[in-house]
Amino acid sequence: MDFSLIFSQIINGLQTGSVYALVALGYSMVYGIILLLNFAHGDIIMVGAYTAFYAITSFHLHPLLSVVLAVAVSTVLGVVIEKVAYTPLRSAPRLSLLITAIGISFLLENGAQLLFGADTKSMDTIVTGNMMLFGTSVSYAALLTIVVSIAAMVVLTFLVQKTKLGKAMRAVSEDMGAAQLMGISLNKTISFTFAVGSALAGIGSILYLCAYPQASPTMGSMLGLKAFVAAVLGGIGSIPGAMIGGFVIGLLEAMVSAAGLSVWKDGAVFAILIVVLLVKPTGILGRQITEKV
Amino acid sequence: MNAKQNKLIRIPMPLRYLINLALILALWGVFTGLMGAGVITNYWSGILIMVGVNIILAVSLNIATGYLGQLPLGHAGFMAVGAYTGGIFIKSTPAADLLKAGNAAACLPYIIAALLLSAVVAGIFGLIIGIPALRLRGDYLAIITLGFGEIIRVVLTNIDSLLGFKFTFGAAGLKRIPKFSGFHLVFVCVVLSCMLIHMIMKSRHGRAILSIRENEIAAESVGINTTYYKTMAFVVSAMLAGVAGCLYAGYLGSLYPATFRFMKSIEILVMVVLGGMGSMLGSILSATVLTILPELLRSVADYRMVAYSLALVLMMIFRPKGLLGSYDFSMSRLLEKALNTLFHRNAKTEKGGGAQ
Amino acid sequence: MSNTNKKRPATKLVPVPSTNIIPERDINKSPILEARHLGIDFGGLTAVDDFNMAIGRTEIAGLIGPNGAGKTTVFNLLTKVYHPTRGSILMDGRDTAGKSTIQVSHMGIARTFQNIRLFRELTVLDNVLIGLHHEMDYRLPGAIFRLPTFWRGERIAKERARELLSIFDMQDMASHQAGSLPYGAQRRLEIVRALATGPSLLLLDEPAAGMNPSETAELMENIVKIRDTFKIAIMLIEHDMNLVMGICEGICVLNFGRIIAKGTPDDIQANPAVIEAYLGKKED
Repeated sequence: MDFSLIFSQIINGLQTGSVYALVALGYSMVYGIILLLNFAHGDIIMVGAYTAFYAITSFHLHPLLSVVLAVAVSTVLGVVIEKVAYTPLRSAPRLSLLITAIGISFLLENGAQLLFGADTKSMDTIVTGNMMLFGTSVSYAALLTIVVSIAAMVVLTFLVQKTKLGKAMRAVSEDMGAAQLMGISLNKTISFTFAVGSALAGIGSILYLCAYPQASPTMGSMLGLKAFVAAVLGGIGSIPGAMIGGFVIGLLEAMVSAAGLSVWKDGAVFAILIVVLLVKPTGILGRQITEKV
Repeated sequence: MNAKQNKLIRIPMPLRYLINLALILALWGVFTGLMGAGVITNYWSGILIMVGVNIILAVSLNIATGYLGQLPLGHAGFMAVGAYTGGIFIKSTPAADLLKAGNAAACLPYIIAALLLSAVVAGIFGLIIGIPALRLRGDYLAIITLGFGEIIRVVLTNIDSLLGFKFTFGAAGLKRIPKFSGFHLVFVCVVLSCMLIHMIMKSRHGRAILSIRENEIAAESVGINTTYYKTMAFVVSAMLAGVAGCLYAGYLGSLYPATFRFMKSIEILVMVVLGGMGSMLGSILSATVLTILPELLRSVADYRMVAYSLALVLMMIFRPKGLLGSYDFSMSRLLEKALNTLFHRNAKTEKGGGAQ
Repeated sequence: MSNTNKKRPATKLVPVPSTNIIPERDINKSPILEARHLGIDFGGLTAVDDFNMAIGRTEIAGLIGPNGAGKTTVFNLLTKVYHPTRGSILMDGRDTAGKSTIQVSHMGIARTFQNIRLFRELTVLDNVLIGLHHEMDYRLPGAIFRLPTFWRGERIAKERARELLSIFDMQDMASHQAGSLPYGAQRRLEIVRALATGPSLLLLDEPAAGMNPSETAELMENIVKIRDTFKIAIMLIEHDMNLVMGICEGICVLNFGRIIAKGTPDDIQANPAVIEAYLGKKED
């Protein structure tokens, strides 16, 4: 294989990896704070994508405005789901919460199918053009995706490490009870976490549209599952872990495709998941949580 | 108190089994009669077969979800393994020709062999997946089984191109499987599956499985080998899903990997959750209703999955234990109660004996 | 015993420092349980260190100390919920190194939990029957085909369960849901469940917690009764000094993970170190 081919595969991998990483962050943050595997997270991407799709094709909004709208809708949706479905179950068994999340995920998918139809909606690419990099043609969309996702992660890290709400988030994920005693509002902090996670999913949906300009009701489920695998791989609850996991999964997929085995792509991702869970269930950067006896 | 309790009427065990046997035979008689009289058309007896398949799927998932307290999301994967095993096996036997010739009795051994083989192969997959998966808890177990389920589907779709010969026929589908699943066969399989689960659950083995759900640390402290019993529950669950898959293959006659998507696993989960996790009767009833209802409401079929998912969420929020909770129906217990209230007006005052 | 120790080079045969307080009647028999230089660290923090103790075959031993002294950690070490960083535990002369919770249960250690861990949604009878799991010897086919071994096993186990429940006069509650029992009854049921496993050493973690004085008095009688009937050793963690001083023959006082005193109730009550660390505060 020549350098140019490898390089363009790496760029491809980083592009999808960036989307995975952004979505994985949402999984990771929510899991870190309420120990819930938020199945509906992947479907928020789908809603974001449909929003952008209709904003551009039906309402002919400016692409930038459509992007803002998609992110806003995703954010609101994430918070509404948390308020309506998860808050009433905060003290319920984990199994109930997980089943609820699955239910919400299916509600969104089937609701979208009912509203928008089961077919895949295609649109024109948002970002066009290529540039030459190291003698290889690289699309602007790929570069934009990588740059935007890295920027989003830097902002997120700042948010979590330096701001008051970020500190509250970390406190709640450390010890919910103690955080509450310190005067941290649980509802506000958890909603904020969902808002940030969903906003990232919204950005992810736009970047996804840059790579594959189409929307379908089930687009979020496989994307979401792979992003979750990325979060587990990086160590669930860890922000840098989610980024690393996302890029690793993206690169892995690119490599499998490059080897001519693209039908085995999904299988390879889940195989990675299984290996990680068996060898180091806490992931690359995760921590062990044990039950007190 | 003790002397008084002894006076309460208790139906002895052999009689209880006889009552249940009579009930099952009566049910079978009613269905056969209705079918003979043409009240149940061919179309509806086909739906009854699907009801049976779904009942087996639901009660088998209930072992892992309701009794063991875990949330495997790859049940459709085990069903797929059973379906393809049964389908491929029966195609290689002379059963097709025998069925065509109308000689159903002669192909019974092949059918039984197919069912057993499906159970065993699905059970082996359950073991392979269960041993690593059961080391993990809760969400991780859910996601790893989901991963395995998806891998099974990917393999079924692509294995032919990898091996270079026709085996599962990939996305094009495994076709022309002899249609051996009739009402009677499915009925017998449902009864045997439910009996098997009942016999296991009402024994020391079943109690060990329940103890893991209730409190794993306490179970270990009294010496219950939790790994062993988790694996056992998981394998039995997978085996029965395999049987259901085999019956499904024998009913439809053609199999496509896409049938066994994640969505199918969730459909089965909905049946278990709506009925009440840990209640076999709940699983049976909700599998029945959720199979028949969409047929009755053909016009609103598009809303089916929306209604399912909405029901799942509302159920978790308002009635997390399902419609029946962990209540299990027992005809004998009902009879006992009736007899006791008839003959012992004061039976109510004694809480110990009757309120089981 | 030295044989078992040879396998573990980390454990040297250092004489146990302070004298053990095994009662007269058990002194000629080997102790049921012996902990030697037991210690555990949690990420650099030493929770228990140099814990030495021997318990006589029919002794009632007490483990006391202020909150956070490491008492429950000792129980968790003995039952292998945690694996010790240092030292060894000999159960009936056999080293428990490398054994699991399940295996030490089979070796004869049973326990109750500070924060009650019953099988809450199951009946009282089922809770005890799960403790009696290994009393029944039928196998899976026996259960599936309802073979005679099943019926016999179940019948004997149910009789035995009712017998055990009658220790605390709970046989009439057999069909109640365990989680619906009053607090005191739940603690008693945990003891019955532990006894059902047929232990030779019973570990009770704060058995009197949440009980009123008359319930506690009854519990004291019952603990002694259990020891006398089953001829087993009992070790208990308890904050109720009346109970500890009333029924324990040997007492171990733990503070900051280390034993600060050992002796008979009289010794302990007179020990200035104990009074300072523990009893002193209580008498204020």
